[in-house]
Amino acid sequence: MQKLSEIKKSLLVSFWFMFLTFPIMVIRVNPIEKIVQWRWRNLLLVGMGSFILSFVWRYMIRQKESGMKKTGADDLQSMPLIDRVRKEQRLYIPILVVLSVFGILFPFIFSVYQVNIMTTALMYVVLGLGLNIVVGLAGLLDLGYVAFYAVGAYTYGLINHHFGLGFWAVLPAGAFMGALFGIFLGFPVLRLRGDYLAIVTLGFGEIIRLVLENWNDFSFGPSGIANIERPSFFGMQLSLQNATIYIYFLMIALALFTVFVVNRLQNSRIGRAWVALREDEIACQSMGIDKTKTKLSAFALGATWAGMMGVFFAAKTTFINPASFTFLESAIILSIVVLGGMGSIAGVIIGAFVLILLPEYLRAFSDYRMLLFGAILVIMMVFRPQGIISNVRRTYKFKGTNIHGDQNK
Amino acid sequence: MKRVMEIHGLTMDFGGLRAIDHLDLEVREREILALIGPNGAGKTTLFNCMTGIYTPSEGSMIISPPGKKPETIRGLKPNIVTRKGITRTFQNIRLFPNMTVLENVMIGRHCRTRSRIAGALFRGKTTIREEQATVEYSYHILEKIGLAKYVNDFAGILPYGAQRLLEIARALATEPFLLLLDEPAAGMNPQETGELDELISRIREEEKISILLIEHDMRFVMSISDRIAVMDYGKKIAEGTPEEIRSNQAVIKAYLGEEFVA
Repeated sequence: MQKLSEIKKSLLVSFWFMFLTFPIMVIRVNPIEKIVQWRWRNLLLVGMGSFILSFVWRYMIRQKESGMKKTGADDLQSMPLIDRVRKEQRLYIPILVVLSVFGILFPFIFSVYQVNIMTTALMYVVLGLGLNIVVGLAGLLDLGYVAFYAVGAYTYGLINHHFGLGFWAVLPAGAFMGALFGIFLGFPVLRLRGDYLAIVTLGFGEIIRLVLENWNDFSFGPSGIANIERPSFFGMQLSLQNATIYIYFLMIALALFTVFVVNRLQNSRIGRAWVALREDEIACQSMGIDKTKTKLSAFALGATWAGMMGVFFAAKTTFINPASFTFLESAIILSIVVLGGMGSIAGVIIGAFVLILLPEYLRAFSDYRMLLFGAILVIMMVFRPQGIISNVRRTYKFKGTNIHGDQNK
Repeated sequence: MKRVMEIHGLTMDFGGLRAIDHLDLEVREREILALIGPNGAGKTTLFNCMTGIYTPSEGSMIISPPGKKPETIRGLKPNIVTRKGITRTFQNIRLFPNMTVLENVMIGRHCRTRSRIAGALFRGKTTIREEQATVEYSYHILEKIGLAKYVNDFAGILPYGAQRLLEIARALATEPFLLLLDEPAAGMNPQETGELDELISRIREEEKISILLIEHDMRFVMSISDRIAVMDYGKKIAEGTPEEIRSNQAVIKAYLGEEFVA
């Protein structure tokens, strides 16, 4: 009986879709020959397709619900693969070894083009981890994160253009400028949270971009800055291919450094304060945490990584203009954090690779890129709203009064 | 007996509404003082004033923690008030649901520790030692309150009664001299209330602190408190031992209405 009602529901869905897509999928007006073509075959295809999709969809939702009931028994076998990999050392270490060997050999096996894509993906890993401090840990929804990225990029671009300073000298300066702008943004929004904070940060991101676009004397406007120096290797300038490989390894080092820092921060006194701030602002204050300092430090630290990546971006592409720092960029970084799982380092890394590498390798379907992107996000929100890897907190083992901190992530 | 906190002429206005009206109250050393009154009498507002969430319109609040000089806490931010030694729990539970039970208590240690970002990055000796001490102290409190078995669970999945206790544990981690409990027994069954009664008395003995609590369960209030203060429409209408309050005409009028006054 249940099957019948399922079929009925799916039929309804398919009729609805057939009706909705009728004007674009069936009718084609040919203005030259002045005839109207009726493509009834398309209607049939849409109907069948949506019927099957809706059936599968409902089946998966049912599976998910029955899965939820079962998880009462904490059985290792029934856990999703990703959670299992994290829990079991046996699986964890070999995977890590394989990944690092692959990472080291990568530029010697694949072409310059591939190496470039991988470097970009790693940049987004770092950007994601930086935004993860602000959004994932401290719970401050920042839609203007790309502004700090732009600040870093222009710091390097302008200093290099006017004073000729190299990448290594400007990298700390870019990080510092990022942090400074993070605090600039942080001060006025201290009292805001949720939607209101999102709107103000969105505005901030646009302001930075518009200033860069219109203040010609300062930033050279939409034409941008060209011929920015690549990172030098102990004073030597490298050929294009060697430079690409060098930048790739630099990026790996920076990504590892970021993972190290974020990992240490998130289980420290200050990291706990960020999470408490995310969970409940009033309770957090009442437990003796200075809201102002905590928020500002989250903004500043998140922006530091964006500033550093900005410098890196300018050095990698050797050309910057305001078009690289649009809202879409912020949205992608935010999607990485949300898709990966807020507050989880491994999640953000996986999220960055999925969202940056997939579109690159799916160039054949580039017309449908945004459609796929949207579909992935919708499917994620339905089936795994907590992200690929859900919120993990450090656990501690106690034997009597003997205390060991146990770091298993 | 020595006073740890004195409130004089405290007034709190919200626009035209006077939630607290020239209230005087004192809290003595190591006493359990209950604050009762009908709904909307201004009890929770008083808590919010005392912990710095609201700044009162008028009046003074002076604390004299044992062994320290008296000072005013009016106009201080909530986190500073907590550091001075007044902590609270909330009427509707405000835990950090996506943190573990232990971490919730460790947050309470925040104002008694000082490691900073650089410390977290380099993990020097002082930071490691401080972190270790925080973990041990927090676990010790959980053992005392009886929540040690939940130590690595997320706070959000705890049973209701345990969540209430965790709020108390978290507050104790800040090492207060005055603990404010906002309806700690709300939603508990009689057995749990009995256990809470015992726990609060034990906390007073072991931690040597004063406790000010808001509660509606009269049997609980009468059995636990040394003194009771009664509020109605923002004013204090009575104060005294449980026996005195039980027979106080003004209190009976406020709770039951004019016709019940003997």
